[in-house]
Amino acid sequence: MKDQISSSPEKLPPALECRDVGRTFMIKRGMFAQKQPLKAVQDINLKINRGDVLAIVGESGCGKTTLAQMLLGLLQPTNGEILLDGQPINSISIKEIATKVQPVFQDPYSSLNPRKTIEQIILLPLIVHKIGTVKDRRERVEKYMRLVGLPKRLVHSYPNQLSGGQRQRVAIARALIMEPKIVVCDEPTSALDVSVQAHILNLLQDLRTKLDLTYAFISHDLAVVEHLADSVAVMYLGRLIEFGKAADIFSNPQHPYTRALLDSVLTPDPSLGLPKITLGKGLPNPLSPPSGCYFHPRCPEATEECHQHTPVLKDTGERLVECHLH
Amino acid sequence: MTVPVVLNVENLSVEITVPAGTLHAVSNLSLKVHQGETLCIVGESGCGKSITSLAIMNLLPSKAKLTADTMSLEGRDLLDIRESEFASLRGDRIGMIFQDPMTSLNPVFRIGEQLEEVYIQHGKGGRKEARERAEFLLEKVGIIAPAERLSQYPHQLSGGLRQRMMIAMTLMCDPAMIIADEPTTALDVTMQAQTLNLLRSLQKECNTGLVLITHDLGIVARMADRVMVMYAGRSVETGTAVEIFEKPTHPYTQGLINCIPVPGRTKPGSHLGSIRGIVPALVGDIEGCMFRNRCDHVSEECYSGEIGLNEISEGRAYRCLLSPEESLRNFKLKGAA
Ligand SMILES: Nc1ncnc2c1ncn2[C@@H]1O[C@H](COP(=O)(O)OP(=O)(O)OP(=O)(O)O)[C@@H](O)[C@H]1O
Ligand SMILES: Nc1ncnc2c1ncn2[C@@H]1O[C@H](COP(=O)(O)OP(=O)(O)OP(=O)(O)O)[C@@H](O)[C@H]1O
Ligand code: SF4
Ligand SMILES: [Mg+2]
Ligand SMILES: [Mg+2]
Repeated sequence: MKDQISSSPEKLPPALECRDVGRTFMIKRGMFAQKQPLKAVQDINLKINRGDVLAIVGESGCGKTTLAQMLLGLLQPTNGEILLDGQPINSISIKEIATKVQPVFQDPYSSLNPRKTIEQIILLPLIVHKIGTVKDRRERVEKYMRLVGLPKRLVHSYPNQLSGGQRQRVAIARALIMEPKIVVCDEPTSALDVSVQAHILNLLQDLRTKLDLTYAFISHDLAVVEHLADSVAVMYLGRLIEFGKAADIFSNPQHPYTRALLDSVLTPDPSLGLPKITLGKGLPNPLSPPSGCYFHPRCPEATEECHQHTPVLKDTGERLVECHLH
Repeated sequence: MTVPVVLNVENLSVEITVPAGTLHAVSNLSLKVHQGETLCIVGESGCGKSITSLAIMNLLPSKAKLTADTMSLEGRDLLDIRESEFASLRGDRIGMIFQDPMTSLNPVFRIGEQLEEVYIQHGKGGRKEARERAEFLLEKVGIIAPAERLSQYPHQLSGGLRQRMMIAMTLMCDPAMIIADEPTTALDVTMQAQTLNLLRSLQKECNTGLVLITHDLGIVARMADRVMVMYAGRSVETGTAVEIFEKPTHPYTQGLINCIPVPGRTKPGSHLGSIRGIVPALVGDIEGCMFRNRCDHVSEECYSGEIGLNEISEGRAYRCLLSPEESLRNFKLKGAA
């Protein structure tokens, strides 16, 4: 009985959790200049529930990839901690992390070694972590190539003999071969044509149900995010400024930046003109962030208070918003 | 009252010599742009969008060979002029905006010098007028403190600012025609919307013809007066933005429209439409329809001969053997009620 209770889904810890996670890089500009701190990610608190798709959105340089690298255990946070299945990620061995969470990156051209065959590329994680016999490995490669829709005849081909979509399938097979439960996708379809993107998005959906996967999904395409995500984290200049269920965020965005982002989406409707975006153009410098709310120089609703004081993240249980107006 | 044609291209073909043979990058492409009109060229990677724009600008790589029946700018024949004459048109009567502004901005000169140089070089006036025009345009493109910005070097500006500088530079001589090749692809979505707004308002104000090249159907729908869908070096469908999105007639256009997720239309989590297979190689001679290997309505006739453009009305055409009625019957907008 006891066992049953503890394995009910609500009682399981989130697949991934960030507690006050931050990452600062020390940057040296010029030969004699002193190193300056660049806070790429600051005070992030969020949870990804099992089986969910969390989308991370925000403009270039806001810290999405830095956060993703930390979720993968590839980069150490300078503050806070990341919990994988409820355990601090830095208490887990690299091999165990690799069996739980795997990446798929943006560029299917540069992320595959051009001198290795498709089979060698896909089974590399198994070799690195010394998993399985030669026969097991070959079988696993076959299984995952089938799952991602790569024809068997390609096992001995090289990446340059594959189309962009096929290469991204190879990257997905390589991630899945460790049989992880969590996949961190950093702009997995940004380099692809829309017809190829559709295949990859459909594949990611199918794999999710078949293999019971959890995704952290970084994308700048908000239409794709709306299509895939269960929850959405909006970042601005390293900070999490809004977080909530995807349906809520899309129907009722609260932070002025989230609203501007959603207003900027160009749906293919020729009866609509271009949206008027009233954001200020003072793009932020991460080395000397603005006072108060980081967003205030561009915010159409900023008040004196936004100038002076950093807003506190408001948590209503369902939604996190970091803005003085909420 | 007819609006004058600024750019007229008929039967443009570009062949590139590659180790494997002859690559047909662009085949028999025709287009017309009127004053103040926006023509969007849309299509997937490798379909020949950039080569088309480089051909019009006379900037093709040397191994590329151009043929055309007509190519004219404001009535002036572009096929029959020397490169030196062409050079004096570029930047003056016709300007180009690239995806990466650093391909046009010189890193070692201040922004101001580069903008002014375009103006002076084309004999529009002296240094003083050039400076005034540059400051005027910078303000137009929404740059605060223009004088200060003009004394900066390209690398000191953000991507968004550089793209605005590029737009300002293209407008220095008040050209009749602008070709913009993926001008906002490198920008964040908020910056993209702002930059497109700007490009559009300046274009309308100056009555400039605009060819806007993009792979983003959202940009096409919101910006285009007319649309050309390209596939494998060919124009496969043309029409107004409304015609293309409401009654797409070529199976490829239909496939494209149905494979993108659209907030409010496609159901979250549902399967997106897709086009099977991949684009064909363009090397060697190919008969029949270029899209046949990916088309759900392919028949035996699609494999031979030249598939001509089927003209439905003036400016509205598609390259497919199906009748418009047949083709539209096949199309159901994904997610629509
Ligand atoms: N290894 C590093 N050393 C120094 N600074 C870094 C490093 N990695 C990232 N940064 C800086 O941290 C900030 C966040 O970068 P990050 O790559 O996480 O952004 P992003 O949101 O993924 O952007 P994009 O959408 O362009 O991929 C940026 O200012 C970046 O310049
Ligand atoms: N310098 C070159 N040498 C050889 N082939 C080329 C060259 N430039 C382009 N091509 C080929 O010509 C065809 C058309 O290319 P083009 O650059 O016009 O495509 P595009 O539609 O602009 O694609 P994208 O969306 O990726 O920019 C492609 O098959 C491409 O490989
Ligand atoms: S806190 Fe103020 S400046 Fe920041 S987003 Fe909210 S309204 Fe704008
Ligand atoms: Mg990134
Ligand atoms: Mg191109």
